[in-house]
Amino acid sequence: MTQTSLGESVVQKEIHKEAQVQAKNNGVAANITHTQPLWLLAEVTYRCPLHCAFCYNPTDYDKHTQNELTTEQWINALRDARKMGAIQLGISGGEPLLRDDIEDIVIEAKKLGYYSNLITSGVGLTEKRIQAFKDGGLDHIQLSMHDITEEINNFITNTKTFELKKKVAAMIKNHGYPMVLNVVIHRYNIGHIKEILEMAEALGADYVELANTQYYGWSLVNRSQLMPLKEQIDEAERITNEFRQKVGNKMKIFFVVPDYFGDRPKKCMNGWGEVFMIVTANGDVLPCHSARVLPNMAFPNVRDSGLEYAWKESPAFNKYRGTDWMKGPCVTCPEKMNDLGGCRCQAFLLTGDAESADPVCSLSPNHHLIEKAIEDSKNPVLASKPIIFRTDKNSKKYVAGDKERVEEFHALP
Amino acid sequence: MENLQVSQTEETKIAHSDIFAIALHHRFQWEEAQQSYVILFPEGMVKLHGGAGEVIKRVDGKASVGDIVAELKAAFPDASNIEADIIGMFEMAYGKAWIRKI
Repeated sequence: MTQTSLGESVVQKEIHKEAQVQAKNNGVAANITHTQPLWLLAEVTYRCPLHCAFCYNPTDYDKHTQNELTTEQWINALRDARKMGAIQLGISGGEPLLRDDIEDIVIEAKKLGYYSNLITSGVGLTEKRIQAFKDGGLDHIQLSMHDITEEINNFITNTKTFELKKKVAAMIKNHGYPMVLNVVIHRYNIGHIKEILEMAEALGADYVELANTQYYGWSLVNRSQLMPLKEQIDEAERITNEFRQKVGNKMKIFFVVPDYFGDRPKKCMNGWGEVFMIVTANGDVLPCHSARVLPNMAFPNVRDSGLEYAWKESPAFNKYRGTDWMKGPCVTCPEKMNDLGGCRCQAFLLTGDAESADPVCSLSPNHHLIEKAIEDSKNPVLASKPIIFRTDKNSKKYVAGDKERVEEFHALP
Repeated sequence: MENLQVSQTEETKIAHSDIFAIALHHRFQWEEAQQSYVILFPEGMVKLHGGAGEVIKRVDGKASVGDIVAELKAAFPDASNIEADIIGMFEMAYGKAWIRKI
């Protein structure tokens, strides 16, 4: 699965302007009472034929591959969420096409009035299946692409999928779907931005998302090997802007800025429990993709309770809503409503304290951890360490408890 | 909605004779839970407040901008300067590629 939905796509920008206005006008309480799960992300499986080094799926995903929800449970979840106002549905994973009931899920989504999106690597998309999706009313397909070169594509995904992706792109276009390409950007492809955009244009892409890697799950493990230089990102953004001028509205290009190089953190997921709800392969209901890394949290599960309880009442969804949980420097910060303190998972993963300011913020007392990470990425010894690919075998090691590696990211006690 | 920036280029100028339809791959629908009209598209959604929804609701690939202006003027006789608002909405929607010219 790619990283688009981490909190940067248009939907949120448009919607969020409103939420911000509400927050400013009415204060925190209004902000909280106006939450609505407009976006439902269904991570239907963590199984995946690709082994991308930058995947943000949990490193211990292997423990969630044997207890996936049934078709009926998914359909109930879709109905439940729609009642609460969910309208954009992302069907993601892992690779969702590894399940054979995506056709049924698509039909139900159409019936319920969702705008549905299949987020796929393209592996497993056949003429027969895409026709069934079209007939069933799937609205669009988002395809992950990795590079213009076969070499980098095959390296970073640890598979031989380059030719297949080009074929799938053509298939998507032929069936009259908007072509939405998602390209995760990292050190190995950032030098090819212009060529990647040219490829997207040649394929007839309508939307291209250049998503700079954010560091969660597998990408955090491989951070020193994946992170590009600040200068490379600036150059990539410059090229992207130039390309935008050239193509205009014909191809919309989103450049998701990497937070490590910003001064302030991202408003992660547009705020905890404000517009996003994720149901994972095993039925856990989460406010963000990686929330399960947080300590002392019990997330609701659709096997035990409905989504309305999860969204409105569960302690997990209320824990970081609004600003009540904050401490210094966030609690007195005049900018706290802009970013709501950033990302709780990033704060925990990097500092060991989930309630501290996101260390990306230059006002965070732990900001040096980000500076160190950037320095580490320039360290030839660390950068040349072997990449740990997202494989079942590696995941099993994390499940078994590879403490040594985990503690590496808890820099503070 | 008033915060949205749209570049005013020649291409986005609106004439009364123009006819628009909802853009390809975009869907316009009423959302009960939000009590508003929305436009849905890949990775995105725009919530249309009352007036904006009234305009886009009439964009059907047949009615001209002039027809829609006349219809809304008749429907909302008390609204002042309604024409400028309607044209502004068309400019924004076209500039954002939510609607396409027929």
